[in-house]
Amino acid sequence: MNRPAAPEFEFSGNLAARNRSGRIWHLVFQISTIIGILVLAALLVNILDSTFGYVAYEAGIDPESLAVDGISLEDQSRDQLAALLQERLSFGAYNKLNDEKPFSERSKADVYSLVIQRIVKYDVLESWALWESLTRRGEILAEVEALRAEHPVVDLVFVSWLTPDFMARPQSSEAVNTGVRTAILGSLWTILITILVAFPLGVGAAIYLEEYARDNWLNRLIQTNINNLAGVPSIIYGILGLALFVRAMSKLTSGELFGLADPTTATGRTLLSAGLTLALLVLPVIIINAQEAIRAVPQSLRKAGYGLGATQWQTIRDHVLPNALPGILTGTILAVSRAIGETAPLVVVGASTAISFDPASPFSRFTTLPIQIYQWTARPQAEWRHLAAAAILVLLVLLLSLNASAILLRNRFARKY
Amino acid sequence: MTIQKMDPQSAYPTKAIGLHKRRRWGESAIQSLLFFAGFFSIFTTVGIVYELGKEAWLFFRLPEVNLWKFLTGTQWQPHINEFGILPLLNATLVTTAIAMAVAIPLGLAVAVYLSEYASLKARNTLKPILEVLAGIPTIVYGYFALTFVTPILRSIFGRDVVDIYNTASAGLVMGVLILPLIASISEDALNAVPRSLREAAYGLGATKLEVAVKVVLPAALSGIAAAIILGISRAIGETMIVAVAAGAGPNFTFNPFKGAETMTGHIVRISGGDLSYDSIDYNSIFAIGLMLFVLTLSLNIISQRIVRRFREVYE
Repeated sequence: MNRPAAPEFEFSGNLAARNRSGRIWHLVFQISTIIGILVLAALLVNILDSTFGYVAYEAGIDPESLAVDGISLEDQSRDQLAALLQERLSFGAYNKLNDEKPFSERSKADVYSLVIQRIVKYDVLESWALWESLTRRGEILAEVEALRAEHPVVDLVFVSWLTPDFMARPQSSEAVNTGVRTAILGSLWTILITILVAFPLGVGAAIYLEEYARDNWLNRLIQTNINNLAGVPSIIYGILGLALFVRAMSKLTSGELFGLADPTTATGRTLLSAGLTLALLVLPVIIINAQEAIRAVPQSLRKAGYGLGATQWQTIRDHVLPNALPGILTGTILAVSRAIGETAPLVVVGASTAISFDPASPFSRFTTLPIQIYQWTARPQAEWRHLAAAAILVLLVLLLSLNASAILLRNRFARKY
Repeated sequence: MTIQKMDPQSAYPTKAIGLHKRRRWGESAIQSLLFFAGFFSIFTTVGIVYELGKEAWLFFRLPEVNLWKFLTGTQWQPHINEFGILPLLNATLVTTAIAMAVAIPLGLAVAVYLSEYASLKARNTLKPILEVLAGIPTIVYGYFALTFVTPILRSIFGRDVVDIYNTASAGLVMGVLILPLIASISEDALNAVPRSLREAAYGLGATKLEVAVKVVLPAALSGIAAAIILGISRAIGETMIVAVAAGAGPNFTFNPFKGAETMTGHIVRISGGDLSYDSIDYNSIFAIGLMLFVLTLSLNIISQRIVRRFREVYE
């Protein structure tokens, strides 16, 4: 036997180098994955960092000067505070407040917050993020001292921009008084309309495609079309919504058809238009997810149904759908959580920039959480960035709970065959 | 004989127990309803094509606009009737290129790591994290780009080099957004490569890296190419990150540290105010939208074609 020795020598000769490059690339792959996770962490930390921190407030009127007989503002009774409002506000403004809800019926906390908003009028002079607040406390104090030279009444307070009050207050043009209540309600209304439209249509389409559709050109066209629609950028849906729901169907979407039109919403830029636009947007996703769930139901169940003499619809209704339902619901929740985060189509459809009243019907003007975040982020002043971060936290918690419920649903009802 | 006279059909009493196919109206009604639901998506497509086409047609028929200048003009200045889409298209391509420069290498590395290297336990913790990354609303990424990435870029390259609004930061963050998309589709493609190929390569003395890069990756190339094209399509259509971080105002520049408005960013800014119908601005967003729709749709179709045509089928 003359076994060639040279190749073997070469093989072991470069083995070390090959193993080394193997180890290096292993590290590269690992680091890439870690980078992805680090970015996610940075994103969350960045948001939390902006949500808390020092704020230098300037009061329009020093609250101390409003103390009566040595009783500070906070300790005064409701009637004293109401009297203060009557004294300091114009006659018209006071009456307007009283008409909204008589002072005798308001709680003390309510009247107190009115005094703060209308008379004391805090204004944000400067604000700092959490990390700065913790590490540069001395410099911040020095800066505040510098501010005091020009603004006599400056308060430095450590705040959380995300407070229960922030969630309960309607939108306002002042950073200290604004909240996300209108936006949360707008998001919920929009999503409700989206689900009501997209869920039945989507599940119906999925049943048709999986159970009834024969393999012919029309059904192939429908399937291809759905797959392509799922890849259309969301802003295109916004443009479609603008042309179709806001403009062409404005009689319907403004509520004029039902005699419900609010003169301010006669344009059709309403919750209904927004909900319908998002419904079109998530429809393909819901269909594709529901199709997968229906496909996972084993054929034997259908055969058994037919064998017992059930019609096709009876089999689907009583056997296929109940078994596919957890999957369908999970898919729908995931699609809906995508819709909740959508911003671009709603800007195009015409979300309002400033509304301070709660939406009352599908024909109300609207704003949603992502829209609110977009508008606040777009402002240059730091305090609006902090508010945007707080609103992002609200949005993320909403999405997280939706996703968690989807996972729970899947684990609870998932069946194995 | 009576027997001979008997009708042969009567030996099979089909009528008596009704085994023949009966028309059930309820069933048919339900089937038509379901068909309507299925067909509805066709209306959406027709609606998109019709509305975009109609308004874009109105736009191009305006005396101020002509199609040739629209496609080749380097200025988009509605107030002086300059409608050249190149600055918008250019900004879209710059942000997309930056995004893909981040997303392709990182996405592929993550896919290879998850499918070839990671233990089952690591995989089960890492995948959900990537899914979270994919599920974060794009406006949150926009916030992140503007308040985190831009300041970092400015402190590295200098404040006079990097504008507050710039395409680099928008593109980088967009890359992070698209990373999970590319990673998860590519990983599916890598997982679909049969074990026998890997075992054979190991048997020939290949190292783990050689198996991954020289055997598994080429075998999964069609799926990876499809993932990349889908990623590009996603980047072109991405809106909120560029609307927040890339800057307002069309700007024909290749400098990633300058602000420039993309097609999507322009649509959002123009329609942000109360846009009056039949104005030139209103019509122009449909023309841009049509361009966007054609671009993304053709990329999506190419991606589907690649998957279908170049898929390696293993027994």
